[in-house]
Amino acid sequence: MTATVETGPRPLPPLGPNRRLKLPKQAERTLANGLTVIAVRRPAVPLVELRLWMPFGRSHLARGAMLAQTILSGTQTYTANQIAAELQKVGGGLSAGVDPDRLMLSGAGLVTGLDRMLEILADVLTGAIYPAEWVDTERDRLVDRIQVAQSQPAHLARTALLKRVYGRHPYAIQTPEPDQVRAVRPPALRKLHAERVHPAGAVLVLVGDVQPERALDAAEQALAGWRGDGHVAELPPAPPLEPGPLLLVDRPGSVQSSLRIALPAVPRTHPDHAALQLANLVFGGYFSSRWVENIREDKGYTYGPHSLVEHSVAGSVLVAAAEVATEVTAPALLETTYELGRLASLPVKPEELEQARQYALGTLQLGMSTQAGLASLTSAYAGNGLRLDFLAEHAARLAKATVDDVAEAGARYLAPAKAVTVVLGDADRVAGPLSALAPVRTEPA
Amino acid sequence: MPTRRAKIPATKYPVERFTLDNGLRVVLTPDRSAPVIGVAVVYDVGIRSEPEGRTGFAHLFEHLMFQGSENLEKLAHFRHVQGAGGTFNGSTHLDYTDYFETLPSNALERALFLEADRMRGPRLTEENLRNQVDVVKEEIRVNVLNRPYGGFPWLTLPPVMFDTFPNAHDGYGSFVDLESATVADAADFFRRYYASGNAVLAVSGDVDVAEATELIERHFGDVPARPAPQRPDFTEPDLTTERRASYTDNLAPLPAVAGAWRVPDPVDDFAGYLAYVVLAEVLTDGDASRLVERLVQRDRTVTSLGGYLGFMGDPFDVRDPTALLLQAHLPPGGDVDKVLRTIDEELDRLATDGLTEGELARTQARMATHLLRDTDAVLGRALRMAVLEQQRGEPGLLNELPRLVGEVTEEQVRAAAATLRPERRASIEVIAGGAR
Repeated sequence: MTATVETGPRPLPPLGPNRRLKLPKQAERTLANGLTVIAVRRPAVPLVELRLWMPFGRSHLARGAMLAQTILSGTQTYTANQIAAELQKVGGGLSAGVDPDRLMLSGAGLVTGLDRMLEILADVLTGAIYPAEWVDTERDRLVDRIQVAQSQPAHLARTALLKRVYGRHPYAIQTPEPDQVRAVRPPALRKLHAERVHPAGAVLVLVGDVQPERALDAAEQALAGWRGDGHVAELPPAPPLEPGPLLLVDRPGSVQSSLRIALPAVPRTHPDHAALQLANLVFGGYFSSRWVENIREDKGYTYGPHSLVEHSVAGSVLVAAAEVATEVTAPALLETTYELGRLASLPVKPEELEQARQYALGTLQLGMSTQAGLASLTSAYAGNGLRLDFLAEHAARLAKATVDDVAEAGARYLAPAKAVTVVLGDADRVAGPLSALAPVRTEPA
Repeated sequence: MPTRRAKIPATKYPVERFTLDNGLRVVLTPDRSAPVIGVAVVYDVGIRSEPEGRTGFAHLFEHLMFQGSENLEKLAHFRHVQGAGGTFNGSTHLDYTDYFETLPSNALERALFLEADRMRGPRLTEENLRNQVDVVKEEIRVNVLNRPYGGFPWLTLPPVMFDTFPNAHDGYGSFVDLESATVADAADFFRRYYASGNAVLAVSGDVDVAEATELIERHFGDVPARPAPQRPDFTEPDLTTERRASYTDNLAPLPAVAGAWRVPDPVDDFAGYLAYVVLAEVLTDGDASRLVERLVQRDRTVTSLGGYLGFMGDPFDVRDPTALLLQAHLPPGGDVDKVLRTIDEELDRLATDGLTEGELARTQARMATHLLRDTDAVLGRALRMAVLEQQRGEPGLLNELPRLVGEVTEEQVRAAAATLRPERRASIEVIAGGAR
């Protein structure tokens, strides 16, 4: 295939000057009840995004999951259907989710409906009643959802990795078993709600077509009556990774293997974080990384390999994940180890670093350019005690990191000797080849 | 409860349109609120156009468009986009294939250069073809073969509803067809469908119109002119008797079902079509919706439920023939017949008794939020405007959608519900083979 235009090679146009990172207008207030409210202005569309982050560490797994499933199931004022309908009237909606760090209520709606959304949110926070019939229905739904999740290779691989990485830490098991869910009754949910759904330590983020101070006033008016300081549970620090034999989780009949590798990492505020983020990008953190170019674009072993530094309140970890064809499981692991080893023992090329740096800086701009992105970012930061101005600090550190800094981070965090490796796949077919590369311990899925 | 109708807001994204001498249509929609841009190139070719014996070819070709072009080595495209701080992707739909980037706005010219270069000529080599066939096979394994409910219902329902190859075949493709694809096939496909006259370029975000126009002329102006091919007629007659099919999914732990009915032509009868778009939301949007209330909460015959237009879930990017789909997951031992019967009953009730006070208005308000939220991202705006230009010559319709959705009347929704009769329905049942 050739084109018909004969003009000789065309040069790649240079980039224009970089735009400075400009933080949006924002305001913050801590209410008398302990709730922190952060409001950020981004008036691009007449909507507002809402995120309420409540600390939820060390809560009972099944009860926590059921609480998230049923917190919107009705109050003294409204039934579940009325809550949904009232929110719909202002173009809004709310949903709840839980993880080992937090309980989160999130939603979005027309900005003209902000007061109404906050009123309904307050009603739910102070008056959720967990009606028996709803709890019954939602319990069955949650059990079904867990069963479906347990048939997904990505979920099974994640479950095995968490257990292997976290041992006895509360992060080790993040999905309850169906039987544990079946045992949850409404009184337990009401008790958990009274104990843990309180404003102390919670952060509400509002982002959108709002005047920040006015949004704070609206939140204060709606939520000042939310009371209670209840119970706060600190999570112990996550344990360090303990390398050992490759854990092979048997899933007979799999046509692919799920490869998961955990490596040490540091929190966002750690002096090594920017260099680690860059080292991770060069390894496998974006499409133009060595790992993707090797096992996808050169060898065709996989579709979407990626690696990511995951931050939680009690610790951070770097996770690399790839789904690879069963017959190339061992070769894919070999290439992965090769790329990690190369990054840990040789400096990156300056142009590789520049490319990763531009990507890291550019995606900060992109992440801030929508209301939803800004809301999620602000909330994730706030949950870890940071504010949006940390973005500017982080950008400065990314801009400054040198080849040496990145090489050091590579050696310190990405060395294959520090890896915890889990493979989910058909053990009959992959155990042999894998054991040529590393000691293997096999478990059923 | 008295109803206060939320005022449906509108956006006022400016739209500049022009056509280059080579037939490339261009849409610009400037917005200086953040220093980012979205760039989309949409070609008017999709799954429905791929030749028999070449299932999955449109999608495979999408992969090949990233494998280098006239002035770009393999891997260069990725590196140049990400090295400018941007992200990229492409996707293959029934009626179009898109390629897109979102970037800091200082990379505008670079993005235009990259897209123009592959519009002039991708590097179609044997090595890249074989490599991407392998990658696509892994994509199919991860999304279809190695997971429960893979391809349900977008790959499994069309063959029940349709009879002709374009509408009924597997758009991801069979391994046999993928493996037998040749470089000559790819060159032919490019020549035929990737013509400048068959494409739309849209740029949104932090751009100056005059400057962007000049840059577009500079980079795309000498792409050789080739006219758009005639789009074949994909029409098929509506169903007159019910069609049902089922298959066992060995990985699925629980049963599932999807049903679909044909709807009016989304382009030629947009007003008629919109009534069905609203109907799908009235039926399934959240706890206050008809079918969720009845099937999930009251009867407990399903555990989750969704409803939408178009097999890929976007109502505003598909041409005729298309469908309204409802899909549900059932509890263990669930009764699919009963679920379908209840849906019929609720559709009857809606058609006969109409909507409740405020039901339509609140659904429309929620739909407006979804539409506005999707277009808050510069890329969402560029992509949608490109497709609206391509399929309707009307990119500014984007600004009108919330209002038009808000103007659909109760009578129209009732009338739409009345047409969803069992004898016009195609359905597919997933039999759980993976219960443990």
